[in-house]
Formats: sequence, C-alpha cells, structure tokens
Amino acid sequence: MMEFFQRKRRNILPGFGLSLGYTVFYLSAIVIVPLSMVLFNTIPMGWDSFFHAVTAPRVLASYKLSFSTAFFSAIFDALAGLLTAWVLVRYRFPGQAFLNALVDLPFALPTAVAGICFATLYSPIGWLGQLTAQRDLHIINTPTGIVLALIFIGFPFVVRTIQPVLEELELETEESAHSLGATRWQTFRKILLPHLFPALLTGTTLAFARAIGEYGSVIFIAGNLPMKTEIAPLMIMTKLDQFDYAGASAVALVLLLISFTMLLVLNAVQEWQQKEYR
Amino acid sequence: MLKQTTQASPPVLKKRISDPRWVQILLIGLMLLFFTGFIFLPLALVFAQAFQKGWSFYLESIREPYAVEAIKLTLLTTAVVVPLNAVFGLSAAWAITKFNFAGKTALKSLLDLPFAVSPVIAGLIFVLLVGSRTPFGSWLGEHGIKIIFSTPGIIIATLFVTFPFVARELIPLMEAQGRDEEEAAVTLGARGWQIFGIITLPNIRLGLLYGMILCSARSIGEFGAVSVVSGHIRGQTNTIPLHVEILYSEYNFTASFAVASLLVFLALLTVVLKSSLEKQFQNNSLEH
Repeated sequence: MMEFFQRKRRNILPGFGLSLGYTVFYLSAIVIVPLSMVLFNTIPMGWDSFFHAVTAPRVLASYKLSFSTAFFSAIFDALAGLLTAWVLVRYRFPGQAFLNALVDLPFALPTAVAGICFATLYSPIGWLGQLTAQRDLHIINTPTGIVLALIFIGFPFVVRTIQPVLEELELETEESAHSLGATRWQTFRKILLPHLFPALLTGTTLAFARAIGEYGSVIFIAGNLPMKTEIAPLMIMTKLDQFDYAGASAVALVLLLISFTMLLVLNAVQEWQQKEYR
Repeated sequence: MLKQTTQASPPVLKKRISDPRWVQILLIGLMLLFFTGFIFLPLALVFAQAFQKGWSFYLESIREPYAVEAIKLTLLTTAVVVPLNAVFGLSAAWAITKFNFAGKTALKSLLDLPFAVSPVIAGLIFVLLVGSRTPFGSWLGEHGIKIIFSTPGIIIATLFVTFPFVARELIPLMEAQGRDEEEAAVTLGARGWQIFGIITLPNIRLGLLYGMILCSARSIGEFGAVSVVSGHIRGQTNTIPLHVEILYSEYNFTASFAVASLLVFLALLTVVLKSSLEKQFQNNSLEH
C-alpha cells in the first residue's frame, strides 16, 4: 500500500531525479568532499603524532580557553536572552519593534566589525576601557574581553529560540496558577521556566557552539598571546601559516568532532522536547 | 472537562495577568542597559571613529583605490555566491518537500553542516583541497589555474559558509504549503518548469527573498574563512572586511572605521529588511 502510494507520488510531480541529483552533487562538491579533507590529512599522521599534536601545551591551552570563554558567554547569553525575550513578548512599550529588530544585529554585522568595535571600546583609552582601567580591571588582551565579544555574537540565538515558545505559551496556565494562590515568582519558577527550559537549552547550546568556532570578533580584543589568550581557531590559523597542514587538520578535527557531537546532543534534546510537549 | 473550564472563563472577561509595574520597569531597564553596552555603544563608536577626522577624510578613505578594489571584489563574490546558493536551495527544497525517499532526514541534517563549522576550518578545508601544496592544487597550478590566494578561493569559501541559508528558509515553508497545488497543476496538464514558475515560485517568493538577504549579508561580511584563503594581497584579494582588518592593524583607525561604517549600513539595512519581511509573513499567514 505504502509503496503504491509513494510510486504514485513520484510519478505525478516532475523533477525528482534532477533536483535530488543536483542537490547531492552540490552538497558533495561544496561541503562533503572539502570537509573530508580534514580526515584525509589527519589519518596519515598516525595515532601517536596526532595525539602529540592535539595535546601540545599550547594547543591544550587554546582548547581550554575557547571552551571556558564560550561557556561563560553562553551562560550570560542565557540570562540576557531570557530577559530580552520576556520583555519583548510580554510587555508593551514605545520603541519595542525597533529593539526587537536590533536583536538580529549580531547576525547581520560582519564579525570583523564587531571585533574592532569591542577592541576600541575596551582599550585603555576607549569609552568603557577608561572606566574599567580606573578600577584596575583590564579587559583588552584578557579572557574577559573574549567573553564580552562572544556574548555579543551568541545573544540572538537565545532570544530567537525562546521568543516563539513564549509567544505560544497559553496564558491560561499562568492564570490558573494565579487563581490557585501562587505568587508571580512561584508561577515563573514552577510553571514557566520548566516549559521554557528546552528552548533555553537549545538557544544556549547554539550560542555555545557558535562561540567555540568564532574567530573574527575575538582576535582583535584577545591580543592573541600564546598560552594566555590564543583561541583554538587561531591555533589552526597559526599552524597553517607555518605550512603545518597535518597539525592544522588535527586541531581542526578535534574541534569538528566536538561541534558535531554537540549538534547531535541538541537534536536529541529537541526530539525529547517534542515528545514532552505534543 | 476541558470544555467546562473554557465555558467558565470566557476570554472576554479575562483580565490579563502581568507582572507588577515596578518589575516591568526594572526588567525593561536591565534590558536597555544590556542593549546600551552591547548594541548602541558599539554602533555609536563606529560612526564617532569614522568621522573623527571629518567628512573629507571619510570620503577619501572609502574612495581610495584599495578600498574601491575591496568593494568590487566583495560585490563580485556576493553576485556569484547568492544566485548559486539560491538555485541549490530551490533544488534541495523541491527534492525534500515534494518527494519521499530513503535518507531524507539525513540529507536534511547534512544541509545545516556548514553552520557547525568554524569559519577558520571552512577556509582550511579548501586550502587542504586545492592549495598549491596538495596534489590536486599543484595539478591545477600546472594548468595555470590558481584558486587559493586568489578570487576563486574567496568565492568557494564564501559558498561554503553561506551554503544553508536559502535551503533552510525554503524547506519549512514548502513543507507547510504541501504539494496539492502542484499536483492539481499536473492533472490540468502543466509541464515541469511551468508548474515551478507559475505555482511554486509565487508561493515561496518571500521566503526565497528572505534567504537570499541573509545569504548576501553573510557573504559580504564573512571574515574568518575568507581570511584563510585570501592571502591578503591589497587591491587583488582583499574583501571589505579584510581591508578593515588591514587598516586597523596598521593603526589607521579612522580609515578602518570609515570602511567598516559601510558594512554597518548594510547590516542595519539587512536587519530592517528582515523584520519587515517577517511582518509581511505574519500578515500573509493571517490572511490564509
């Protein structure tokens, strides 16, 4: 029965072979074959030199830095994003549409421009750098600066994932909680937050994944000091400049495996979310 | 049971519960504080820096030959990349939403792959594939074809990073629209491209435009991937973002921000277009 149905479908609309063929060809040529080069350049290294390359102290320091800065920026984005989504969906005030549109600015602004902006803003003579320098707090050339740039980059992911869920949320649940005597804070903590949690987790993971690979907005403010403020993508760049193709591939492979694992986990989370709420 | 509850509280009588006034003011204030630090100040800074030495210096910075060459290269790249990825997006969306086949889910998740890849890795893979030190690259070199450190390299790297934009807008849209209209057209005797041009394209034009706008914005602004494959040769392989970087690293801050301000204008335009298209989407779905 099913087969009959499918064949009927396949017959009636034209262009299946052409569109699928072109899609698979283009996907292979632009994405799959080039990406597989990372693997092909790493395999000939053998396990020992691969292990050696990715556990060199400078490389390990860069992984650690990329992870910790991405983590802290994602946590901050989760809070700022939840706040922004809540205010934009639930409140009405002048200029709201304007602020809502500006949430997408970090998506639209080239990363290099964001990079030079933050580096200039927080330089010791910059608008905000002056203020922090007085308190002996240095932002430029430190991991704090990297976190600030990454907060900017990841922020829209959280807002744009939470917003639709919050919009579809029935007010009735909150109202019945209210009529049963729950305080507003209790309602938020016991009813809204658990409901928003999967979306919050998704948005935060997206922000985290983006932050790990981010390059343009970070390198200007980071100062790129080996062992201190050198991020993992920059490590790849450095190895490439030295024509160490195998080393660059090894560092890249680890980064790719981490990103893909995170996306798989994310897919699992989304499936769990759909099961839970449908 | 469910019905009774609905009857008991008709929507007209409902008083919308909301947060107390002071909470609202506090939260809006906190959000404005965040926006000031992370959005408004950076934007204001670009223009303050760009016009620091006056109008004439600003105009000179964006009209000097290297800047003009960078603008031309960026426009060329975008003009090649956006149509190619749009055609791919249409083709992928047609195959995925109009037919059932084995491996469809896998194909769908593969389409988003480039978003999970660091821009630097996006550049690296093309150096590994067609760089002058690879077998394929040196073979191409013998035949006089240079890809890395030249315009084709910039174009392919940009193709990779902007690959999913059009497809990921079109697939959910065409999935929601189903295939009834196209099937009706077939039974009425329409042919392949006729169906596509008369039925499908008008239905998806807003989504297509939306995807192409996002694709253009990213291809104009891409930095990491292009930076790996470009070689930074002034006047030849420098895009606008790379030109901004070079000026900045030469401590020529005013010129750097002047050129960057062009990118900021484009980013603001993108944001405005994006939100007005989203509004149009909402109006359309209300009509239906």
